[in-house]
Amino acid sequence: MNWQPSASITNLQRRAVLLKSIRQFFDRKGVMEVDTPAMSQATVTDVHLHAFDTHFVGPGFANGQRLYLQTSPEFHMKRLLCAGSGAIYQICKAFRNEESGRYHNPEFTMLEWYQPGYQQLDLVKEVDELLQLTLGTAPCEQTTYQQTFIRHTGLDPLCDGLDVLKGFALKHDLGDFVATEQCKDTLLQLIFCFVIEPKIGLEQPIAIIDFPASQASLARIDPVDPRIASRFEFYYQGVELANGFHELSDAVEQRVRFEEDNRVRLQHKLPSQPIDTHLIAALEAGLPDCAGVALGIDRLLMLATQSTHINQVLSFDVTRC
Amino acid sequence: MATVSTNEFKNGLKLMFDGEPSTIIENETVKPGKGQAFNRVKIRKLISGKVLEKTIKSGETFDVADVMECDLAFLYSDGEFWHFMNNETFEQIAAEEKAVGESVKWLVEQDECIITLFNGNPIIVTPPNFVELEVTETDPGLKGDTAGTGGKPATLSTGATVRVPLFIQIGEVIRVDTRNGEYVSRVSKA
Repeated sequence: MNWQPSASITNLQRRAVLLKSIRQFFDRKGVMEVDTPAMSQATVTDVHLHAFDTHFVGPGFANGQRLYLQTSPEFHMKRLLCAGSGAIYQICKAFRNEESGRYHNPEFTMLEWYQPGYQQLDLVKEVDELLQLTLGTAPCEQTTYQQTFIRHTGLDPLCDGLDVLKGFALKHDLGDFVATEQCKDTLLQLIFCFVIEPKIGLEQPIAIIDFPASQASLARIDPVDPRIASRFEFYYQGVELANGFHELSDAVEQRVRFEEDNRVRLQHKLPSQPIDTHLIAALEAGLPDCAGVALGIDRLLMLATQSTHINQVLSFDVTRC
Repeated sequence: MATVSTNEFKNGLKLMFDGEPSTIIENETVKPGKGQAFNRVKIRKLISGKVLEKTIKSGETFDVADVMECDLAFLYSDGEFWHFMNNETFEQIAAEEKAVGESVKWLVEQDECIITLFNGNPIIVTPPNFVELEVTETDPGLKGDTAGTGGKPATLSTGATVRVPLFIQIGEVIRVDTRNGEYVSRVSKA
């Protein structure tokens, strides 16, 4: 047993400085800091996210109430936007079960912010500003998901079919499961993780924009090219740092996506998740046109301190908490 | 047969990969923020000894390999099989040359070895970390030499060759570390 912190005191000081500079960054821009609940009666439906849950008993809840720990503050923050908050940011804990490793701890610190009136590229620019400020990086590169694939693999993620992707993945020995894989997005994510990620964003951060519509998550589908969504990710030195959307505001489409996720969950023998009806109701009332992004603070700190494992920047990792 | 999912992966876990019992040496999770998680594992195949990397979809399940290890004393070799015995139950097991492999040069009668069994059959024979063997052949040494100089080759009773200090003579018994094949010390004869 080791009671000592996982991170050095120096790295904890670096964390304090980093948090302070992030708060100053948003303060200067007039973005309001908010503090939303870490627990919720509903949760994400995303097939690949595993939420922690707990049970509340108390006055008004005689039969108890299941509460989920947030995997991100997205739904609560969107409800604030619908209620007229204007631009907001939050630095909070997010919780994801089954995630632990070099870049993952089941409980981690997330920076999330929303800018009404912004579109995908406006927010890419703002994330880049924050990286330049906190990491001292050069201005980021920017390229589309499709261009990145073509450049590094010769594959066209929007046009090539399952067989072409399989052929590539098998040739690169990316796993025995490939031969029978039926999900195109799984193959795209596999090739992205193991072939493309090691090659991009090495000198300066890179923003990958316009993800395939099948990986839209909560982003809008491009009105001109329905094969793509207004979703971006930032990568730097092998680390996936941020994920942002031009936010979907259509309540009906949002509900359809949640239900579709739940259908896929059942196919995968995963429990379906309660849909966040508060969020759907808020979207019905109207979400201002906005873009939002989530950025991993621990990973940012790893890059700032050149740490090789997330434990080196956490006060107490999951084995010591 | 018991199965485990990638969440239960840890170093040393023995699973079936490609129909062969294998042990996990390294396990790393690769998880995009949005999307499928993967496990990148390094495994050693127990029979062939081959080390290879595999990418697995997180959540996949694998059969646990029916592998167990037991301490058995080496009895003798009849040229085809190497015979071992459980000193408590007196149960005997015969291992093939393939299972004995390189360990053959460290097998001393009555020494307890670790025998790895797969579905009840011996697949690996691991000698004790230290064995004591007699020197059967070596050049005459120089008087007054101490350990730490270059040394000289010596052949042991099992046929193994190790480097020994110059003062070691034929007929002496030495202690050898079987993990790296290095001389440890001279053993005074009882």
